[in-house]
Amino acid sequence: MEACPRVGLFVTCLVDLVRPQVGFAAVTLLEQAGCEVEVPAQTCCGQPAWNSGADHHAADLARAAIATFEPFDYVVTPSGSCAAMIKLHYPEVLVNDAQWLPRAQALAAKTHELIAFLVNVRGMKSVAARCAATACYHDSCSSLREMRMREDPRALLGRVEGLQLSELKEPEVCCGFGGLFSVKYPEISERMADDKIADAQATGAELMLGGDLGCLLHLKGRMQRKGVKLRVLHVAEVLAGMSSEPALGE
Amino acid sequence: MTLDPRAFRQAGQAALHDENLRRALGRLKTHFALGRAQAVERYGDWDGLREQGRAIRDHALSNLDALLERFERAVIAQGGQVHWARDAAEARGIVLGILRQQGARAVIKGKSMVSEEIGLNPWLEGNGIEPVETDLGEYIVQLRQEPPSHIIAPAFHLNKEDVAKTFRAAHTELASDRSLWERSELVAEARRVLRARFESADAGITGANFLTAEEGAAVLVTNEGNGDLTRLLPKTHIVLTGLEKVVANLEAATVLLRLLTRSATGQDISSYVTLMRGPRSAGETDGPENFHVVLVDNGRTPLLGSEAQDVLRCIRCAACLNHCPIYAAVGGHAYGTTYTGPLGAALNPGMLGFALAHHHPNASTFCGRCAEVCPVKIPLPKIMRHWRAREYAEGLAPKSTIAGLGVWAFLAKRPALYRLAAGIAARLLKFIARRGRVHALPLMRNWFLVRDFPAPQGRTFQSLRANRK
Repeated sequence: MEACPRVGLFVTCLVDLVRPQVGFAAVTLLEQAGCEVEVPAQTCCGQPAWNSGADHHAADLARAAIATFEPFDYVVTPSGSCAAMIKLHYPEVLVNDAQWLPRAQALAAKTHELIAFLVNVRGMKSVAARCAATACYHDSCSSLREMRMREDPRALLGRVEGLQLSELKEPEVCCGFGGLFSVKYPEISERMADDKIADAQATGAELMLGGDLGCLLHLKGRMQRKGVKLRVLHVAEVLAGMSSEPALGE
Repeated sequence: MTLDPRAFRQAGQAALHDENLRRALGRLKTHFALGRAQAVERYGDWDGLREQGRAIRDHALSNLDALLERFERAVIAQGGQVHWARDAAEARGIVLGILRQQGARAVIKGKSMVSEEIGLNPWLEGNGIEPVETDLGEYIVQLRQEPPSHIIAPAFHLNKEDVAKTFRAAHTELASDRSLWERSELVAEARRVLRARFESADAGITGANFLTAEEGAAVLVTNEGNGDLTRLLPKTHIVLTGLEKVVANLEAATVLLRLLTRSATGQDISSYVTLMRGPRSAGETDGPENFHVVLVDNGRTPLLGSEAQDVLRCIRCAACLNHCPIYAAVGGHAYGTTYTGPLGAALNPGMLGFALAHHHPNASTFCGRCAEVCPVKIPLPKIMRHWRAREYAEGLAPKSTIAGLGVWAFLAKRPALYRLAAGIAARLLKFIARRGRVHALPLMRNWFLVRDFPAPQGRTFQSLRANRK
């Protein structure tokens, strides 16, 4: 393991705009894991364009992110879907660009989702955090199926003092966010959110955690509309000991 | 019941409010998904089998011309005939031609999605021929004058009370005190009526799950045995199927068979697996006198060599439908097409064009469960994304999508301007938020139709970080 790798934090556009605390939690955790963290000027990974089929916009944003982040030893992001965009899709976005494809592949190889990076690359086994609550964990589809991670967040959350994890009955089912899907098909998205929220309520948890802010904003926004009282936090906030701060939308 | 794929969103909204449908769709998990999961678990090296299946289907698609010609020669050698249909109209014409030549009036049918795809039943009815479906689910939806809502369980959108009501309405000779409460009573009632149909039919039409080039065989999987009766009793048997169903030989088909039944119903093997190889030969006591195979293209071969080619690997098991949260929310009829769920989303734009099938590839969160359960590893979300890209590149994406993405991309490509805009947005959203949430915003109508937006913390991460440094 490198002594003090330089990590470029890809904070994600949603964290940047809505929930900077997740960014600071990521910095804290990365520093605890012995990394030197830098935050270069950045915008968005381009996922909305790519998923909408606007390939030229996606390619422009991919090239910009590659140029910004390739000097670092690692690129780490507190989101399974942004990590998947860089790691799995940048090489697809730039597949016909002979000059940029190798650079996309090189960046993909050193890009990691935050929690997976802490556990698997930095060997983090425990955290110095307390959170007296029963929580359920919402796996994003990108984390679960694209990044193939399920155990890593649970392993670290298991080390948080006072925290009880109560699993959802159907953790593999999508919550209905899906980026622009949430505004293109709001009624179906609503049904999927309601099913997920009902599943969460049935666990008896008072706190919902997740690794992707997109899902969490969609679910929390739906809870607010329905009057469901369930605190929602990004997993990094709990692991960094920030769980007593106001939760999402408080 | 008329279906229109262009009305997906409206039809989906109606479906979401249909409590009866919701009850039926709630069974997707217990009826299909759990059984599949257990069958996969029992099997052992499932991924190895999937990889074999993928390779078999890819080999077939790469050698489609040679395999189809070989299949045709083998069928002819066994005394059968092969017909080639470029599109739905040609396929309908061929089937009608065969039936007229034989003077057939009463036709019994095994379940065939290609028959639905080409609109065969209304066409036959319009030409004085009476088709009767013999698969139980298909028979039920035929009585209700509805299309099937699921490719392997045509009446999946119904509950057993609906079926009882349908039988009482259609079988007018049925005594009013006859119980139709138990599922077995419903089956017995259908059997009573269908038995007479089997005995009096002039011709039988079935689909095929696989065609094997070497043996000239059509392989058919059923659980009710109706396929065998349809094929054996009438004088004429017509196999109607998509031309992509061909594989090299029976050996290859058996690998696919292992994948198919486990993925579809969680069965290690279906109740019946029928090999259909030509008409009754000298010395055989049963079987049809005439045997025809109608091979339908109808938009399939144009997908060869395209980025959507992999969807032609499909063996129609419906695992993607059974694990799709969109399908589970709105059911099959909302799609307005024969092929629904992730399969429809990957196939329909190629077969029908964007004007009709715009919604299908777009109505996906790309959650990826379909690709995970697909027995032949079709990258379904990737193909849906391909269709979105084609639609966008051809300028056919909705204007609001193009404009919205354009404004967003303009900012996202200019980091300094983007930071300024994000900073203003974060402050503004926090300012207008009440009790931790924004309740409405212009230009974001669809977000706020069903949910609030949790209030941002007020400053962007990048600006806060710059201040702290």
